[in-house]
Amino acid sequence: MFDWLANPNRFNRITEKTQPFILFISIIALFSGLYFGLFDSPKDYQQGNAVRIMYVHVPSAWLASFLYFSLAISCVFYLVWKHPLADLVSSSIAPIGVLFSALTLITGSLWGKPMWGTWWVWDARLTSMLVLFFFYLGYILLRNAFERKTDGSKTASVLAIVGLINLPIVKFSVDWWHTLHQPASIIKFGGPSIDEKMLLPLSLMFLALSFFSLYLIILNVKTKLIEKKCEALLLKSNLEEIS
Amino acid sequence: MNPKYRRLFITIIIVLTLGLATKLILMALEDNIVYFYTPNDLNEKFGDAQNIQNKIRIGGLVLESSIKKEGEKTIFMITDRKKEVKVLFDGPLPDLFREGQGIVAEGMFQNNNFIASEVLAKHDENYMPPEVADALKKNNVWKGDSD
Repeated sequence: MFDWLANPNRFNRITEKTQPFILFISIIALFSGLYFGLFDSPKDYQQGNAVRIMYVHVPSAWLASFLYFSLAISCVFYLVWKHPLADLVSSSIAPIGVLFSALTLITGSLWGKPMWGTWWVWDARLTSMLVLFFFYLGYILLRNAFERKTDGSKTASVLAIVGLINLPIVKFSVDWWHTLHQPASIIKFGGPSIDEKMLLPLSLMFLALSFFSLYLIILNVKTKLIEKKCEALLLKSNLEEIS
Repeated sequence: MNPKYRRLFITIIIVLTLGLATKLILMALEDNIVYFYTPNDLNEKFGDAQNIQNKIRIGGLVLESSIKKEGEKTIFMITDRKKEVKVLFDGPLPDLFREGQGIVAEGMFQNNNFIASEVLAKHDENYMPPEVADALKKNNVWKGDSD
């Protein structure tokens, strides 16, 4: 089954057709999300206009976690089934994860100053999110730290799988311990505790950023496939010259 | 065993073992991970406030009509609806500070008074427009922080 998914030619053929649609959906959702988020959604009864930071912060945080999960699962496929495309997928996800975890930390900090009265505190949610950011960075650094590429890929994959343990901590930190960060508003028992008019731009922004990440990941994988092909061709022509 | 399944098995075992180890570490460090104690937590953990020598954080709601101003100093009570702690603070309060608001105060105890060096507002998980909040309050179905 995985061989079917992991055939580079088939991957290229399928994404060739779907990529424009993915970008299209992402752009439409982004502009409508920004419109509703910035102009056509109510202020919060406590936070005023600062609530609008949520429309970037929350989708970024969800994506940072979800992308890490995908990255680590792809690393499992690489280590267990040894498929090179799985390694390409993990390494394509990593920089986008860095982007979203950094965005989460920065927008959260910008919100924290006016609302909490501080840019940063070492509570369980903020700290575990910072750890997630460092796992992304660690994966990228480790992957490029070896002379032989496969050594780097394998070691970094192990690190990424170890980092999976951090994900439930990020998600449940606000329930397990007292934190300054508020508990979950959307995914919880008894339905979301957020007004529908605010849920709309939030969902649109999440859709936009998810599809944009997907677009970027496909683009990354394609580039890496071409790189590999070039390397192979170069090697072949070198060999021919020698013989 | 097929080497693929052996590798899968090893991966799963490693993740489970590390997960268990992490869980144990987190349990052992719980006192360092909780960002604040509620007044009731403090009472259960330390008994009398005299026993607390270190810098700690207390979180809870600002008790209704307990806020007093004495010059620069603000005096108020933090409550978790079970126990209360009197807090003295002379510094800038966050914008969200008001009666019934969740807050976290950092500081030390002096003769059963908590001398705060920093007060932060804790926001809750409810997001709604002001009109909705007013309507809820009017109809007495308010479930927010000041019930």
